[in-house]
Amino acid sequence: MSVTTYRENPVEQFLRTDRMPHIWCPGCGIGTSVNCFARAVLECGIPLDKLAIVSGIGCTGRVAGYLRLDSFHTTHGRAIPFATGLKLANPELSVVVYSGDGDLAAIGGNHLIHAARRNMDIKVICVNNFNYGMTGGQVAPTTHFGRLATTTPYGSPEIPFNLPHLVASCGAVFVARWTTYHVVQLQRSMVKALKKKGFAFIEVLAPCPTLYMRRNRLGSSVDMMKLFKEKSVVKHGIDTKEVAITNYEDPIIVGEFVDTERPTWLDNYNEIMKKRLGDKYVPWGVNNG
Amino acid sequence: MANIKWTTADPKGVLTGAHYLDGNHAACEGALAAGCRFAAGYPITPSTEVVERFASRIPEVGGVFIQMEDEIASSIALQGAVWAGLKAMTVTSGPGFSLMMEHIGLAAMTETPCVFVNVQRGGPSTGTPTLPAQADMMQARWGSHGDYEIIAVSPSSPQECFDFIIDAFNLAEIYRVPVMFMMDECVGHMTEKVIIPEPEKIKVVERRWTDKKPGEYLPFEPDDDLVPNMVKAGDGYRIHVTGLTHDERGYPAATDVTVHNKLVRRLCDKIYKNAHKIWKWEEMDTDGAEIVVMSYGISARVALRGIEMARERGVKVGLLRLIVVWPLPEPRIREIADKVKAIVVPELNVRAQVAREIERVVAGRCPVIPVGHAGAGVHDPNDIYNAIMEALK
Ligand code: SF4
Repeated sequence: MSVTTYRENPVEQFLRTDRMPHIWCPGCGIGTSVNCFARAVLECGIPLDKLAIVSGIGCTGRVAGYLRLDSFHTTHGRAIPFATGLKLANPELSVVVYSGDGDLAAIGGNHLIHAARRNMDIKVICVNNFNYGMTGGQVAPTTHFGRLATTTPYGSPEIPFNLPHLVASCGAVFVARWTTYHVVQLQRSMVKALKKKGFAFIEVLAPCPTLYMRRNRLGSSVDMMKLFKEKSVVKHGIDTKEVAITNYEDPIIVGEFVDTERPTWLDNYNEIMKKRLGDKYVPWGVNNG
Repeated sequence: MANIKWTTADPKGVLTGAHYLDGNHAACEGALAAGCRFAAGYPITPSTEVVERFASRIPEVGGVFIQMEDEIASSIALQGAVWAGLKAMTVTSGPGFSLMMEHIGLAAMTETPCVFVNVQRGGPSTGTPTLPAQADMMQARWGSHGDYEIIAVSPSSPQECFDFIIDAFNLAEIYRVPVMFMMDECVGHMTEKVIIPEPEKIKVVERRWTDKKPGEYLPFEPDDDLVPNMVKAGDGYRIHVTGLTHDERGYPAATDVTVHNKLVRRLCDKIYKNAHKIWKWEEMDTDGAEIVVMSYGISARVALRGIEMARERGVKVGLLRLIVVWPLPEPRIREIADKVKAIVVPELNVRAQVAREIERVVAGRCPVIPVGHAGAGVHDPNDIYNAIMEALK
């Protein structure tokens, strides 16, 4: 008689299985990133009840809804300021913003740079699929130069953001980029980010086979995986000025670019208040329940 | 039974005593007394003193103020704070209020109890930053897209800024709704005596925490007053909160007409059907009046002089001053309309924002005469007097 052991997928406990099937297309990279995230959370041992996920709007904005955590699906571009309020009001929570490039870097760009500047203690996972998926494939601030989108039907005339450089120059203490090909490395960086105190940012390059790749005749998501594999060059610690992705043809620099320490917004707030107010000040977020 | 727990103010936030304060400072003290422990704001005239005072007071009270990068950020940072368990507000005026509209809708949809303070100035656009208006009343009510109802409270003096912002926080908690605290530049910057009572005399509503355990609890299942009880992040309930149309589990159901209909009707009904518990107004000499002036905020105060002038000439004029402007006390307005010759409504906007609603409620029982004013000042009491005399004819 043979014994069959049933091994539960470790990721399953994170998923609102009663909400499956999810809305993402076959071959979409978002699910891959979520898989890495779930494993990273398990690995770093954060109590799940103290972990909150905040998303904006878009294909990646739906991540919050599928994770069995305290999860907030907010407005377009505003996940970061919501997360800021959540974190400051209860500093015991680990707060992760999980959203897309359009949400975080276009409509939410102002919040992104200010949260990095403040070194707000939140983790931002930005899935970059080079276009707006949810609305049907419009140009994003990350679309490769000259590539097609529904609103740039003759090619995008814009130079995309270099997101790691953007947040690094504003003061993010942890900045990494991986593709959905690099699941092991991505998971590892997610663990680091989750453990890091301060503003951590991970850009995850992901295929959007349904819209961006089809419209630009870039093949299937398998082709994109091949491209990610072939074109990626790991350069930890490289100056983020060097990591721009402007053309589809260029090499893709991946790795952990920034890993440093500086006081968070709340550290500084408490420090200044203590200095000015002395014993009258009870540091906020330190045993204040 | 609805989980409403009344308690008294946390002494840490209460500056008991007699003070000489302007409305903006008094509103901040009221918020602190009400238990507000988080504010996010962005500088904008004529409201900024509210958050300036909050920023200086909150470190010793225990809580956080953060100046965000814009009003959009402020108006959602406070909602994050609420879901982490604190009472929170944001404060703004004119252009900032316009930027906050989407998040008033989010708060309505996600039933996030919070207070938006609007120290009204003249508009449209940049308008009159340093001068008063009451021209955001309709925007306060329905400025965000979609169907929803809110509560709006309007103070007429610094003392009322203190007293009624406490009501605003309490109403926000009871009905899980964004409450608009509709001041104006004049009340915001007028300095008067403000009495702050002892903490045990200040009644405060706690958040309506659920009694249910994780697993049994449905985040958007209404209690018998149509309002769901609440939890916060970090308590093990693992809730999902979304601005999408959602079912009682909080799960998106954005293409389900039945769920949408049920949700949106409940969001409106929890205000309509509980309106009798929300209304607040004050009457003066309305019994036997020929004319009743209905107004709110600074205009109700200015109207007193116009009323006095008419009374000196023997006209029986009463005043109904709305403290909660939205929802309107419709039955009482109709009752008065049945007895008087006319209702006169002075307010600092030219489009008769509240007067038109009163007219709708009155439904032809008597004439409703708006006394409009574009703002950047208050009414000349003579104009109110003249409107009263005209209404008598
Ligand atoms: S549209 Fe693109 S990004 Fe959105 S789910 Fe489909 S493949 Fe993924």
